[in-house]
Amino acid sequence: MQAIEFKNVSFSYGDGESRKEVLKDFSLTIKKGSFVALLGRNGSGKSTCAKLINGLLVPTSGTVTVFGMDTKEKGNLFEIRKRAGMVFQNPDNQQIASIVEDDVAFGPENIGVPRKEIKERIDYALLVTGTEEFRHSEVARLSGGQKQRVAIAGAIALLPDILILDESTSMLDPKGRREVMDVIRTLNREKQITVIDITHYMDEAVEADEVCVMDNGVIVAQGAPNEVFAQRDLIRKSGLELPVSAKIAEMLKSAGLPLQGEILTKEELSEKLCELLRKN
Amino acid sequence: MISDVTFGQYYPSKSFVHKLDPRIKILLLIAYIVMIFLAQNFLGLIASLLFLTVVIIFSGVPLGSVLKSIKTILFLVIFTALLNILFYSPKEGDTHLFWVVYLEGLISAGFLALRLVSLVMGSSILTLTTTPVSLTDGIESLLSPLKLVKFPVHDLALIMSIALRSIPTLANETERIINAQKARGADFDSGNIIKKAKALIPVLIPLLISAFRRGDELGDAMDARCYSGSKVRTKYKKLTLSARDLVAFLVTAIFFAGVILLNIYELNVLAYFAKIWG
Amino acid sequence: MRIVAEKLSFTYNKKSKFKVDALKDVTLTIEEGSFFGIIGHTGSGKSTFIQHLNGLIPVEKGFLTVGDINLSDKKKIVRKRYKELRSKVGMVFQYPEYQLFAETVYEDVAFGFRNFFPDADKEEEKRAVFETLALLGLGSEYVNQSPLDLSGGQKRRVAIAGVLVAKPEILVLDEPVAGLDPVGKNELMKILHALHENGVVKTVIIVSHDMDEVCENCTEVAVFSEGEVVLSGSPKDVFKNTKLMNELRLGVPITGQLQDSLSEIGVEIDTDFSRDDFVEKVVEYFKNSK
Repeated sequence: MQAIEFKNVSFSYGDGESRKEVLKDFSLTIKKGSFVALLGRNGSGKSTCAKLINGLLVPTSGTVTVFGMDTKEKGNLFEIRKRAGMVFQNPDNQQIASIVEDDVAFGPENIGVPRKEIKERIDYALLVTGTEEFRHSEVARLSGGQKQRVAIAGAIALLPDILILDESTSMLDPKGRREVMDVIRTLNREKQITVIDITHYMDEAVEADEVCVMDNGVIVAQGAPNEVFAQRDLIRKSGLELPVSAKIAEMLKSAGLPLQGEILTKEELSEKLCELLRKN
Repeated sequence: MISDVTFGQYYPSKSFVHKLDPRIKILLLIAYIVMIFLAQNFLGLIASLLFLTVVIIFSGVPLGSVLKSIKTILFLVIFTALLNILFYSPKEGDTHLFWVVYLEGLISAGFLALRLVSLVMGSSILTLTTTPVSLTDGIESLLSPLKLVKFPVHDLALIMSIALRSIPTLANETERIINAQKARGADFDSGNIIKKAKALIPVLIPLLISAFRRGDELGDAMDARCYSGSKVRTKYKKLTLSARDLVAFLVTAIFFAGVILLNIYELNVLAYFAKIWG
Repeated sequence: MRIVAEKLSFTYNKKSKFKVDALKDVTLTIEEGSFFGIIGHTGSGKSTFIQHLNGLIPVEKGFLTVGDINLSDKKKIVRKRYKELRSKVGMVFQYPEYQLFAETVYEDVAFGFRNFFPDADKEEEKRAVFETLALLGLGSEYVNQSPLDLSGGQKRRVAIAGVLVAKPEILVLDEPVAGLDPVGKNELMKILHALHENGVVKTVIIVSHDMDEVCENCTEVAVFSEGEVVLSGSPKDVFKNTKLMNELRLGVPITGQLQDSLSEIGVEIDTDFSRDDFVEKVVEYFKNSK
């Protein structure tokens, strides 16, 4: 069974003249265990997608299913939200309690997990997000990256199969972003958690299994990072840019350096450059 | 950097009083307040103060921090004391000192002031030794019998808890917006009161917009974590009583009894002391 | 206007146990005309430093002058000059769109103008507002809209216009492009360079976390760490200290990282870490070695 399926989904806000269509006949399938980056300029419909997955929004038409469960069925919501956790953009707007462990406990408390098991789940969630040392700290005193890791722990405490990151790193400094992405990658690789990463950072997208580019409520490109970023014009037209290393590779090529193949990451560029310059 | 100042007045320590169950502390505070109002004479009041002293010693909170709490109500204390002195209606046999001032008026004003002061000091000991979070837990637990009459105890506690945790965020935000508007030449310090109130609009509106935005996002975050306010909800932290709480309870009970006895046997006690000092 | 700080120190919550030494003996000169980058982690003291520049945080210890205004002068006179100072040093905080409050874009931008030029007439005000919005690439069609109806990038430009309308000589921006999408980022950086090149503002100071961004855009850089300035100078002078920058967990631009990898295999190139220079030097090396 697929983790997530959007079938001919349309979604619009408002009525009459102020009606704004955000998604248009949108279809997308996300495989279990994959790491998918969702890219697109502001207003392209990415965040709407995220909220459709866990039923914070329901489609105007079409269906969204999570492990076969339709998000339109009210009775499914609890189960869907348990299995698809979400981390939001602003580190300050998603904690409910003042103390880290109390906040992580919030999800399990809501679904009626017995106390002894809540403790085990907190232990586990703090462990996999590397936040054990903050267990008894006040959330307000943590850095942005630490707060976001606590937010991930809050989702993990519900033992989800899917994690949706709705621009969760956009308000962090590079150090915080690295901390969060390291945790996410580990969860994806070692715990087989499906990750949907909505982001503006091309360097994050490059490390995904699959990249989806959205523009104007539809998917304009989908595939492995090197396939998608090879479509230069489309990337530019969709309001995106190449990762920095790809940009530099591009500049080197047009200055006459015979670099071969598609270069997206710093490692690839460094390797190719060394190879080229060493030979001579 | 406002958020770096711990809100409320919690004084971090691991003292006996700090470790008490918040429910016990709330109940004991109530008992203490009743004690103060029961005390009919200086002796009873002194006994209550003695109790307070014991508590302060065992709390490890510096006296200065406790006394600070009086500062805010100092005006009220002086004002009521003055009223009591000036409007004292003398009875036969009272000692007239000067103008409208009687010795008995002074005594009753002093009594009242002492009562107010010990009341405030007692309450501040609770907030000094209990974090807002555990106070909320304590209140929720004490109110839980009201669930039987369908009173939304849990929702109330959740609201309190979210409000508490939002204080540092909003304090930070306020500081930031004030600074941003100051940088745009806003002047919050000069002009009359109307001008000053008007100057706050560029702060209050963005603050309000942002509070709504934050509330909206927090709502989504709660939904995403399966919040439904339903009955299946369990609770991770359960307050448990320990031997410590029992000790505190007994000590309070002894003082409480003492105050009542002093009310009844005041004269005998005085006579006894008179005999010793005689 | 030149900014000179000498042994500037500041401590938060001095008397409490949460006391933080935010600035420790900071000595730094920011020359007029520079496009200055301030780098450092959250809590490194950079925000405290920039808030000194327009008197939002008064000088506690040390020496600071902005142009001819001596901010370390403890006399009342200095406070009287705060308004003048704040019109000269425009300060754009992080996520400035959150400070928008008026019903229309016009009113919001005019707020700053009225505060700083209370004697100006309506015509002057109108001209200033329209001109400033145009500088930020916002046409007259926006003036009567509610700022809340604009896109994120547009909101941010309106907020910057609200600071720029006071005609400052120095523009300080705390992470001006944070949270914007790639297009929004590029547009805004272009606008800042245009403001600088056309002399609308003489000095631009940006606070940034992004080494590549600083390297590509700034003429001078200062690195803050734990309240101190640990490195300062041209991007080249700063980013050649790869080891220190890595120890500080700030890192160096990608060009610097590539240069290091090349150096490991014996390929030494000397660049100023800008992409253009890097490309030029690499191609040059390649051609020479053939």
